[in-house]
Amino acid sequence: MIDSFIPDFDFVRVFVEPWRDHGRHFIWIALMGFLITTACGLVGNYLILRRMALVGDAISHSVLPGLAVGFIVLNIWAGGSSHDGEIQSLSHHPVHTWKPLAMFLGALGAGALTTLLIELIHKKTRVKQDSAIGIVFSTLFALGVILICLFADKVDLDQECVLYGEIAFVPLKPFTTWFGVSIAPPDVIRMAGITLLTILLISLFYKELLVSSFDPALAASMGINATVVHYGLMAILSLVVVSAFESAGAILVVAMLILPGATASLLSQRLPTMMCFSMVQAAITSILGIHLAVWLRCSIAAAMVVVGALLFLLAWIFNSQAGLLQRLKPHTRDQTSPRPEIQQLAQQT
Amino acid sequence: MLLLIACIPAEAAKISEISETSIGDQALRFFSFRDPSLRYALIGSILLGITCGLMGSFIVVRKMALMGDALSHAVLPGVALGFLWNTTKDPVAILVGATVAGLLGTIVVGLITQTTRLKEDTAIGLVLATFFAVGICMVTMIQHLPTGNKSGIDKFLFGQAAAIGPEDIRVMAVVTVVVIALVIVFYKEFLVTSFDPAFARSVGFPAGWFHHGLMLLLAFAVVIALQAVGVVLVSAMLITPAAAAYLLTDRLRHMLILAALLGMAAGVLGAFISFLGNNLPTGPFMVLGSSLAFGLAFLFAPRHGVLRRWLHERSRDHRIQRENTLKAMYHVLEAREFRGENVAIRELAERRHETAEEAKEETTQLQKHGLVTLHDDGNGIVFTPDGWQRACSIVRNHRLWELYLTSEAHLAADHVHEDAEKIEHVLGEEVVMELEKGLRYATKDPHGRSIPSLQDIRRPAQEGPGELIGYGRKL
Repeated sequence: MIDSFIPDFDFVRVFVEPWRDHGRHFIWIALMGFLITTACGLVGNYLILRRMALVGDAISHSVLPGLAVGFIVLNIWAGGSSHDGEIQSLSHHPVHTWKPLAMFLGALGAGALTTLLIELIHKKTRVKQDSAIGIVFSTLFALGVILICLFADKVDLDQECVLYGEIAFVPLKPFTTWFGVSIAPPDVIRMAGITLLTILLISLFYKELLVSSFDPALAASMGINATVVHYGLMAILSLVVVSAFESAGAILVVAMLILPGATASLLSQRLPTMMCFSMVQAAITSILGIHLAVWLRCSIAAAMVVVGALLFLLAWIFNSQAGLLQRLKPHTRDQTSPRPEIQQLAQQT
Repeated sequence: MLLLIACIPAEAAKISEISETSIGDQALRFFSFRDPSLRYALIGSILLGITCGLMGSFIVVRKMALMGDALSHAVLPGVALGFLWNTTKDPVAILVGATVAGLLGTIVVGLITQTTRLKEDTAIGLVLATFFAVGICMVTMIQHLPTGNKSGIDKFLFGQAAAIGPEDIRVMAVVTVVVIALVIVFYKEFLVTSFDPAFARSVGFPAGWFHHGLMLLLAFAVVIALQAVGVVLVSAMLITPAAAAYLLTDRLRHMLILAALLGMAAGVLGAFISFLGNNLPTGPFMVLGSSLAFGLAFLFAPRHGVLRRWLHERSRDHRIQRENTLKAMYHVLEAREFRGENVAIRELAERRHETAEEAKEETTQLQKHGLVTLHDDGNGIVFTPDGWQRACSIVRNHRLWELYLTSEAHLAADHVHEDAEKIEHVLGEEVVMELEKGLRYATKDPHGRSIPSLQDIRRPAQEGPGELIGYGRKL
């Protein structure tokens, strides 16, 4: 049993066949994986810096009931349920036109509700914040799973999809056509839009995010409204999570949020460098992930996360500053010097 | 109870064979305990409720709730390996695999926080998602295997109480008994290491060992709950009933019992509801059941509930309001050197910078509490003995505190009023006596005004309600 569990490694099957025989298929999966990991990684860098990694975990779970409610409302509003067999004819159905909007609104609502409930429990009772996070996201997630089971005909999600996504199905959907030319699968286009938006917002508000993440006091003295920055980041997070949700599932999104940032922060102390590392990791992860999944015949999204985790492991062991190998040698580390970019900003103001 | 349920002869079919029956019939079936798989599901839910409640209490008071989350996700690869051991749902193999994987997860979290600059929350999220991804890879690989009975593995994700069999129950019962026994034997040690780790270390408890022991028991609790609740939501069965119990009591002993009871109730409720609707996953319903318990505790808990706190705060605000009005009356009387006892509403309103209506409303409140009596068709008010006592003690608190701040804390006299405004309502009798003694029974506050003495406060009460006139003359 166990010997047949891990398939034999066949170079041609694993590395050549996917691109030779199914190249058109896998290019979109790789692109989708890269876009998801890039967007998640960029937002995740800030989550890690702000010690909000578990808020990312919470939101990625609690987006589910928002999505489910969004779908149910949309289906009731559009009158009637869609059947998978008729997708082709239904591609211009109002359900499909308005689906992204319903998803987006549902996710934003769920994200806001999560933040609000956590604050409520944590501020009004003596229950600590960690317990509050655990209670809120598990409740909402349970609610979401029940909604999907009860309204299976109205929600385009199933239990497996919730757990590990359906990234393999991305290129199977009818391509979006503009002016008669079919461009790309709709999910890829949407994810590309979200990723570009994330990059745009981060580069526009780079200074605000940076300062308020590292030095809230300096941020306040520069007139940056910390609450606005916080909720803005939460909104981007909800947006990224909900777009990645269908392809990667609730829990793997957490990995894509945290792994690139965690790996990058082991390799560099400078935020721009960390972001570049995150993007490099996104590219390696998505391509090697596909090959791993082809070799092992397992879920592609999960395999991408496993590759990401291996990269983290490598960074952890061989990192020049504080890696496990480095720990074996005596060394000194200067922890007190503030970050150069913060110093620069402090001097400017 | 286990024996009793097991003795009832098995005559009904499996849950999965029930198709279209009414909810009433289903409920009847559930409570008649005739169905053997139903009995197993019920016993399983009770056992998991007890274990999760007990172990959850410890992680909630230790602020390690999310460590429970990490551990519960980290067991998935272990479950898959245990499943692979002989391709069936062998409960012992799964128990061993899941426990090892869960413990490995907690150890990796510890290693990452110790050896890198990543914080614990990042480490938890990282381990949680990575282990889960490895698990998902293995689960999907198992599902693609050409041979073998692979039907059971997906039930571990969202839980299906109906999949619990007699061997599972045996393992669950043994583990539950072990967990309960260990908690009883090491109760004192767990108590100390949970609430005062520094003290525990100073008296020589091996805190590290207790941490790992607790993680082992936690892994047991997770494994027990796996089958019915599923990997994804197990952490909720740990955290939520325990957090509800945490709001209901202040004693760890009571909290443990309450959390176990709540966990049991949520488990049975979840099993029942998922049985009513065919083929619904059990885990989410159990989680919603415990969330319901938490919601009720959140609102109505006797001491820590939101409702109780709100009422408490409201009554405190009203008391402070009354005390401020009484103080203003005292100031009015003091300004005319206590000639005449009648305070006009108009004077009070001027003193408090309010409209006459507002002042009137406040005096009505005072009258309701028996602190003043109304005169001149409601336009004048007179202290009752109780009211006079309250007014004197508030003014006394205020002025003593101001004096204390200027003489002992060396604050400027014009900086102390704000602070005294707040503290005057909460100083207790003993503290005030202590203050008075420390200030050598001073009679004047920093602004040169008299501080009412204990005699002034007690006087009218001793003289009775008829002897009101002239109570302030001594000042």
